[in-house]
Amino acid sequence: MLRYIIKRVLEILPIIFVVSILSFLFIHFIPGDPARLVAGKDATLQDVQNVREELGLNDPIWKQYISYMGNLLQGNLGTSLKTGLPVSDMFSSRFMPSIYLTFFAMIWATIIGLLIGAISAVFKNKWPDYLGMVTAVSGISLPGFWLGLLLIQLFSVQLGMLPTGGSEGFKSYILPSLTLGAGIMSMIARFTRSSLLETLQTDYIRTGRAKGLKESVVIIQHALRNSLIPVVTIAGLQFGFLLGGSVVVETVFSFPGMGRLLIDSIAFRDYPVIQSALLLFAIEFIIVNLVVDILYSVLNPKIQIQS
Amino acid sequence: MTKKLLQVEELQTEFTRDKQKTRILHGVNFHINEGEVLGLVGESGCGKSLTSLSIMRLFQGTTGEITNGNIYFNDSNLVNLSDYEMRKLRGKQMAMIFQDPMTSLNPVMKIGKQLTEPIRVHLKLNKSEAREHAIAMLTKVGIARPDEIVDEYPHQLSGGMRQRVMIAMAMSCNPNLLIADEPTTALDVTIQAQILELMKKLQKEEKMSILLITHDLGVVAEMCDRVVVMYAGKVVEEASVYDLFENPKHPYSKGLIASVPKLGEKKDKLDSIKGNVPNPSNMPKGCKFAPRCNMAMPICHEQEPACLAIENDRLCSCWLYELETR
Repeated sequence: MLRYIIKRVLEILPIIFVVSILSFLFIHFIPGDPARLVAGKDATLQDVQNVREELGLNDPIWKQYISYMGNLLQGNLGTSLKTGLPVSDMFSSRFMPSIYLTFFAMIWATIIGLLIGAISAVFKNKWPDYLGMVTAVSGISLPGFWLGLLLIQLFSVQLGMLPTGGSEGFKSYILPSLTLGAGIMSMIARFTRSSLLETLQTDYIRTGRAKGLKESVVIIQHALRNSLIPVVTIAGLQFGFLLGGSVVVETVFSFPGMGRLLIDSIAFRDYPVIQSALLLFAIEFIIVNLVVDILYSVLNPKIQIQS
Repeated sequence: MTKKLLQVEELQTEFTRDKQKTRILHGVNFHINEGEVLGLVGESGCGKSLTSLSIMRLFQGTTGEITNGNIYFNDSNLVNLSDYEMRKLRGKQMAMIFQDPMTSLNPVMKIGKQLTEPIRVHLKLNKSEAREHAIAMLTKVGIARPDEIVDEYPHQLSGGMRQRVMIAMAMSCNPNLLIADEPTTALDVTIQAQILELMKKLQKEEKMSILLITHDLGVVAEMCDRVVVMYAGKVVEEASVYDLFENPKHPYSKGLIASVPKLGEKKDKLDSIKGNVPNPSNMPKGCKFAPRCNMAMPICHEQEPACLAIENDRLCSCWLYELETR
């Protein structure tokens, strides 16, 4: 197991390399010039030219890439063109809030999603199923920005219970994580329902009933675990996407996370920040996938992890 | 007089689809004596398996329900039992093994856990006692190194071993009745023989009754004391194994037995019964076998024959004999 994990972590390196080249190229292909923005509105052509020279933007792309990677390997993520602050400092205040937000969203979405899915499957075509699936369809159909605004309207404006956004500790996470998790909760609920329904038709479930087990034991101990593999796949993918920070939700709630930082940086063509953020997201995504693969082997003994 | 362990009377089971009820079992009658092996034979779709599921009341997740009839088992009528009482019976007094051992065990649960579940529920043993009991059961069904097998998963075992595990599980609470639904159909021939031998041995040792559902007449001849032949949701003939093979009465039974190839006989084509089992939602009038029967008379298409005793201990549902006895 440990060897497997080490092997998988080493596999990250070439992926990071490819990701870094691709993202570097894409960023520099976007039209727009950070030098013009750095130099300011009233700058002359000459000023812009000087800034370009200063920032090294006149070098050929491969040279810029090598100098960026050289710094990266020394643990230096570069300096933001916009703020002049080290990128790593900018990340350090933004990274954890996004991670927390994602975790909170995932935790409630998984618990509630599994619950709704399981109840819907057990009471197939009865009112709990209809209720559960209506909830799930709503959760998936409501766009994040709209659901977010609705929640703000209700809980912040009308009831005054929760802040509209910002960073006031745990309270500030509640509404954004509700908004962020709604779609995932719905997806998990739907996948759990269909997967569990399929499992409940299997021979070994009949065996369990023929043994004289309670229906609740049959469902929870025998059926649920067998139904979880597709659910883990979908939850893992979603989790990976969320870790990149949700631009929409972070914007609606003026949440100080990575998603908003990335959007701001793209608007400013803040190359070092964009580049490092993309790399970070790629790493996070790979780690989540690794965890999903390990979870598979925990859920299904037939899947053996080989070093 | 031997005591009857299970008596099924006029059993009717129906499924509902789009609010339309379809009757699959049209009044099934038979009984099993204590310590007896009864064979239930018939083509695919004749209602053999559904009869066994009806006895166990394993309808969860389907629309099946018993709409008429009685099932007497050990002095209680299973039709009237609550779900809770039924659950106390299942796995304890009546146990079941299924056709496909590859899919009948939970793939993500260790053999030991699956084996100890009924033991803990019904015999109220604690974890380590139940494990001991499970290992003893595995030894009993002829599994080598049982103390290692309990910690393995089903995919690590062969089909024959899995069926042995299923048998160990079914036998673990010492049931009065074992229902075996095509227990050897999915296994290859040498393993089939071993499994049948094992079942026979355990049946003798434990003095239990077996309801053996099969379409394999070779298995019937090997295992059973008496045979019930089913066709389209009804019993058409009941006889001792010897009588049935020696002198089948019902034209359907005759056809079944004629369709078994005999050793040393040279034929280009096997005998078969022409046609198919009728569709349950569109049953023919009169005797359900009449459209396929080469001895059918006008009355067969009009009225259903009753199931009558034709010789000692033999029942047959056919106008040929009913007219005779009149």
